[in-house]
Order: sequence, then structure tokens, then C-alpha cells
Amino acid sequence: MASLRDIKTRINSTKKTSQITKAMEMVSASKLHRAETNAKSFVPYMEKIQEVVANIALGSSSNHPMLVKRPVKKTGYLVITSDRGLAGAYNSNVLRTVYQTIRERHQSTDEYAIIAIGRIGLSFFNKRNIPVALHITGLPDQPSFADIKAIANQTVSMFADGTFDELYMYYNHFVSAIQQDVTERKLLPLTDLAANAKRTSYEFEPSQEEILEVLLPQYAESLIYGALLDAKASEHAARMTAMKNATDNAKELIRTLTLSYNRARQAAITQEITEIVAGANALQ
Amino acid sequence: MKTIKVSVVTPDGPVYEADVEMVSTKAKSGELGILPGHIPLVAPLEIGAVRLKKDGKTEFIAVSGGFLEVRPDKVTVLAQAAERAEDIDVARAKAAKERAERRLQAKQDDIDFKRAELALRRAMNRLDIAGKR
Repeated sequence: MASLRDIKTRINSTKKTSQITKAMEMVSASKLHRAETNAKSFVPYMEKIQEVVANIALGSSSNHPMLVKRPVKKTGYLVITSDRGLAGAYNSNVLRTVYQTIRERHQSTDEYAIIAIGRIGLSFFNKRNIPVALHITGLPDQPSFADIKAIANQTVSMFADGTFDELYMYYNHFVSAIQQDVTERKLLPLTDLAANAKRTSYEFEPSQEEILEVLLPQYAESLIYGALLDAKASEHAARMTAMKNATDNAKELIRTLTLSYNRARQAAITQEITEIVAGANALQ
Repeated sequence: MKTIKVSVVTPDGPVYEADVEMVSTKAKSGELGILPGHIPLVAPLEIGAVRLKKDGKTEFIAVSGGFLEVRPDKVTVLAQAAERAEDIDVARAKAAKERAERRLQAKQDDIDFKRAELALRRAMNRLDIAGKR
């Protein structure tokens, strides 16, 4: 059996760890709350832009390149992960899905490229020699649109200039604090524009085509931002759950350790008494 | 006086919401003024100011592109970034302006040049509007 001192040390170190995980859990809980607020303030923008895009795109026989399917020579995958670990299966779920999809769909590395948001994803793909076209790391916990404007812009223009013929997004969709689902979403070409939007007939100044020119990239960029907000909320929720589990496990561990500590202490006392009694008996 | 509801929305949330007497701004195709009762319209905007006339006073909002949607009862401005004149961070805009100017001087390839030029226009727009508050 481990000595009393050893057990005591383990109890202490486990206690310290549980304090840290407990603190991280609470930090993530408050960040989750803020992330949900952010996601909410994004909704009006998204709804409005969706409505206008749907109205214009449906009302016209437009064949803007971003609306038209073309033969696929190269596919882009935008993968959103976190910068840090300690978030349970958050990153590995997304990365596993992407990795499997890529291996099923493609034979050579010329057929696809990754756009990595988050350090974990970036190093995952680099390690496996998967081409990463663009990446961004070190995004704040509450990203503003300006933070990802550059990469969203470049991503969309890579589709526009023909580098990619289709673009998919992979991220964790926030369902609830305890459930996040890996989601695949086709970003470009825009094929599933909400068909149920209210119809309004507009005047266009100067012309429909020119408006689509401005509108569609802006729409695609906001879809990316929306996915990022969703993923951030999921990240905080996943981290919160992971840290809660860690805290619970630590508590359980401390309980068993305390039990064996008490047993060992009792055994030592018993042994001491036995020795004293035996010594006293021997003197008589 | 008749008024029309205006809202300016960005990805980071609504920036402005009020009833005003007139909205005027610069669209890609030229200056545009919207009074209550305008027909439905969609127009892309330049980097510039949205001017809102309300109770005889004019308020300014800096927008970085985006577009304007007019409906019989409401005007919506959708922009990737927009700030009211009093919310503009002048120091940041100045820094952005200097950075963009340095990049333009350095003369890199085409895309960087275009980006720097846009950044410069955004920064100058912000400073310009901040000066009007």
C-alpha cells in the first residue's frame, strides 16, 4: 500500500486540479452566454440579407457565377476548430468527419484544399500533409465580423476566380449546452436560397446584375461569419461540459483517495498499539 | 411631417434604429435620397456616409459599402461595418489610414494594392464623418 505521505500528496494535487477545472468550467459558462448573445445579434442581419438575396435571385433568370453549378475540379473545405484543446471531443469530431469525407471523395491532393480556422485544425492537416490554402488562428472568443473579414473575403474570391469549384463548411452546430452536432454545409455555389421568403418586387438601382455582384459575396461572407459564431458557441459549451466532467471525476477520485488514506492511517495506529502492548507484555 | 423607419444592421448587431424624415446617401450609381412613401428599391452603396434627417437635425453614419433596401414602410441599410459619428474610434481610424498609406507607398502586387486602397477609403470616410459630429 502507498504510504500516508504519498496518498496525502495525491489528494492535494487532485484538489488543485479540480479547482482549475472548476474555474475553467465557470469561465466557459460565461463565455457561452456571451457567444449566444452575439449569435442573437447577428440574426437580424442574416435574415434580412437572406430575404433580399432570395428575392433578387428568384426574381431574375440570373446566371451569376456564384449561383451556377460548374464541373468540379477542385473542392475547398472550410473547417472551423478551436485554438486550444480541453474541449472534449469538440475538435476531433469535426476533424474526423472532414478526414473521412476527403478520403472517400478524393484520390489525389490536387483535388482539394483546406481553409483552416483555428490552430488545432491547422496542425492536424499540416501533420497529415493535406494542403491548407488559407488559415487563421488566434481569433478572440467573441469574434467580431472585422476579425474574419479578410479570410472570408479571400475564401469567397477563391471561388469567384475559379480556384475552387465548390466550397463546403464543416463546424460544430450548437444545439444545446450539452449537444453539438458536426455539420456539413455547402457554401458555394449558392443553390438552396430560401425559397419560402416573402416576395417583394423591387426597383433595382442600377441593375439586378450589378446588385448581385455586391450582394452575393457579402451574403457568402456572412454565412461564414454565422458558422463561426455557431462554432464558437459550441466550443464554449463543449469546454464547459468537458470541464464539468473533469471536476466530477476529480471529486470522485478525492473521495476514494481519502478513504484509502483513512484506512492506511487506521492501520498504522492499530499497528502502533499492537507494538506497544506487545512491548509491555514482554516486560512483565 | 411624415417619417419613415430606418434601421442600419451589421453582422455585429443593429447600429441604428429610428423614425426619420429623410435618408440620403451615396449609392454606386450616384446620390440617392429617400423620402417616406418611396417605391421598393435595392441599391448597392459606396463607402461613405448615410445622412439621416430627423427633427431638423442631420445624423451621420459611416458605412463601409453594403446595400440599401427600401420598402414602403421601412428602409434597411445592410453593411459589413457601420458606425454612428459619435461611436467612431478616431485614433484607430487614423492608425488605419497611416497603415494603408504606407502599404500604398510600398507598391506591392495588384490585390494588396486594391485592398490597401479600400482600407484607406474606409479610414478616410470614418475620419471625415467623425469630424461632423
